[in-house]
Amino acid sequence: MLQQPWFHQVNTYLFLGVLLVTVAASAYYVSYFVGQQNHRRDWARRLLLGSLVLQSLYIVSRYFLIGNTPVTTYHETVVFFAWATTAAYFSFRWRYTVRNFGTFVSFLIVLLLIAAAFAPRQVIPLEPPLRSWWLPVHAGFSLIAYGFLGLAFCGGLMYLLQERELKSRRLGYFYSRLPSLDALDQLNSHCLAIGFVFLCLGMVSGSFWSKQAWGTYFRWNPKEVCSLIIWLVYLVQIHLRFTAGWRGRRAAFMVVVGFVVVILTLWRVTT
Amino acid sequence: MGNIPTGRTITLLGVNHKTTPVEIRECLALRGGYEEALTDLKAIAGEVEHYLLSTCNRVELLFVSNGDALLEERLAGFLFGDAILPEDRQRYSYRYVGAEAVNHLFQVASSLDSLVVGEAQILGQIKEAYRHAAAHQCTGPLLNKLLHKSFSVAKRVRSETGIGSAAVSISSAAVGLAKKIFGRLEEKQVLLIGAGEMAELAAEHLIGQGIGGVMVANRTVERAVELAGRFHGRACSLDDLITQLREVDIVISSTGAAGLILREEEVRPLMRSRRNRPLFFIDIAVPRDLDPALNDIDNVFLYDIDDLSQVVEGNRAEREKEAVTARQIIDEETHKFCRWQEGLAVTPTIAALRRKADDICRRELARTLPKLELNEGDRQRIERLAQSIASKMLYDPLQFLKSPSCRQGDTAKIDMVRTVFGLENNGVSDDDDTSVDPA
Repeated sequence: MLQQPWFHQVNTYLFLGVLLVTVAASAYYVSYFVGQQNHRRDWARRLLLGSLVLQSLYIVSRYFLIGNTPVTTYHETVVFFAWATTAAYFSFRWRYTVRNFGTFVSFLIVLLLIAAAFAPRQVIPLEPPLRSWWLPVHAGFSLIAYGFLGLAFCGGLMYLLQERELKSRRLGYFYSRLPSLDALDQLNSHCLAIGFVFLCLGMVSGSFWSKQAWGTYFRWNPKEVCSLIIWLVYLVQIHLRFTAGWRGRRAAFMVVVGFVVVILTLWRVTT
Repeated sequence: MGNIPTGRTITLLGVNHKTTPVEIRECLALRGGYEEALTDLKAIAGEVEHYLLSTCNRVELLFVSNGDALLEERLAGFLFGDAILPEDRQRYSYRYVGAEAVNHLFQVASSLDSLVVGEAQILGQIKEAYRHAAAHQCTGPLLNKLLHKSFSVAKRVRSETGIGSAAVSISSAAVGLAKKIFGRLEEKQVLLIGAGEMAELAAEHLIGQGIGGVMVANRTVERAVELAGRFHGRACSLDDLITQLREVDIVISSTGAAGLILREEEVRPLMRSRRNRPLFFIDIAVPRDLDPALNDIDNVFLYDIDDLSQVVEGNRAEREKEAVTARQIIDEETHKFCRWQEGLAVTPTIAALRRKADDICRRELARTLPKLELNEGDRQRIERLAQSIASKMLYDPLQFLKSPSCRQGDTAKIDMVRTVFGLENNGVSDDDDTSVDPA
């Protein structure tokens, strides 16, 4: 543990850096969205990649500060969530591009980081029974799942915006800027599928952790019940999509609702 | 090039999407194609230069006459037939004469008068109409010049203004929408219901984007088979419509049916068996073929012709700016063409005057030169002297003829020149070269 004041200061400045760079990336993405000039998007990408690096450094520094994986306080969880979303975005972008997706995702990341900025940042020592290598595994899986579900949420919002313009038959601001409905729908199903796999892994590892810490797989405490609800919400979506052919507006709406549930539980449970 | 008769005016009669409802325009559209119409027209117009354009948005007849009201009446009778009664012509059709006709033609060719300003199809349609007219020897020197000019004006407008850059015709607007719904169009299937001209156009556009396959459903199966053959697609009867809807992705409907041919309650149950794959309906029929309530079904998108026009309207403001520049070009070119045409009124007189002077020189030289014993150099000098005197004598009369008042066809002044120089005996309509620009 590095508890020296100078390290606290380094830690604080790192977070400030993360915040500034991400806001700058998002601002560039928004200006690209408005003006559609490619060089702005290139800068936005570079800045967001810089933000990912800084976020990683911040999480590592936080690890050295508190001595265990920094996913126990609200601040740490939300930062890790933002990191997972950013990383998921880049892993996704590496495979294929979706027009103006970055604008929405960077906006979500900025919102998460701002939420983290307002949360208290003091170091709270972890209760001894919870100290286990299951902690990083469980939290890692769950937050990566949330990252992908966050991407699906952005895709769902974009779908709903684009669909509304197409249905209303008055094509406006978003029509030319957003990708096709098909691309957005595929993005949703892709992110949902990956997110759900990680969600399952998170659930399983969580119950093993619970077994190790408390001697039982499921304790029916609010946090666990909420996780179960989230898991069921997404299970239903996956089921409907892959068996009943649910897609389009309803599917996008469900993805958005699912993510709102995720955010609400995260906020209720960790504060 | 033959001689262009002077004192002829260019007249344009026509209807377009702005003046005439679609039901009436439909009746005017050439059923038998250009061949038949031009043969009939030729019987009426005879030697008068004429040219006929027919597209889904307009029917226009251009002809050159010397103000023969009877001929115009007969041509109008042919053009409008029973579809527009003589008393309604004022309301539905337009008639432009002279510079206005030229200006209108240039506007049409430059796509300023199109339903979708800036779309490029119209120039091709004009060229095709001209090809037919030329093949039937309907056009003469004046219309040939005018139509070729209209092509170059259109080209100039396109290259000097941004009017074509955002050009979205109805069918390319439909393609744009299809792309926003389906992403890639490669594996998508199109169903054409009814085999109208617009449907064909839209289908061509989609095929240009690499669509997967085409299916044609029509009341008369022969026509369906014929059209399907053109697109390497399949034909089916209208009774199979619902079955086909399970397979296709884009439906373009353009039948002449009086009522709806596809209702919401017929399509809704299909979505389940389609596993909610999106369906894009384009209704370009008037009256409409498709139930407006189709749009309320999830994953179904319905656009009719008005919606598509509205989509296209979105770009209008930008293009309106370019249209102003385009109109300036057109006005300028109209002015140039009219000056050229005005010049034609004095050209024969100028030519006759020059010819008369040349004749006199030649005659007098032929009489005098043999009597003199000159070497070659001196002989040439004498010839040049004679020509120089003649042209100096002609300088002022020619300037007079080229003055604006004569150019604009003041026949009294031209006649005076002709009388003073005794040109009436020398035939006016000899085969002089009228392509010489009198300016």
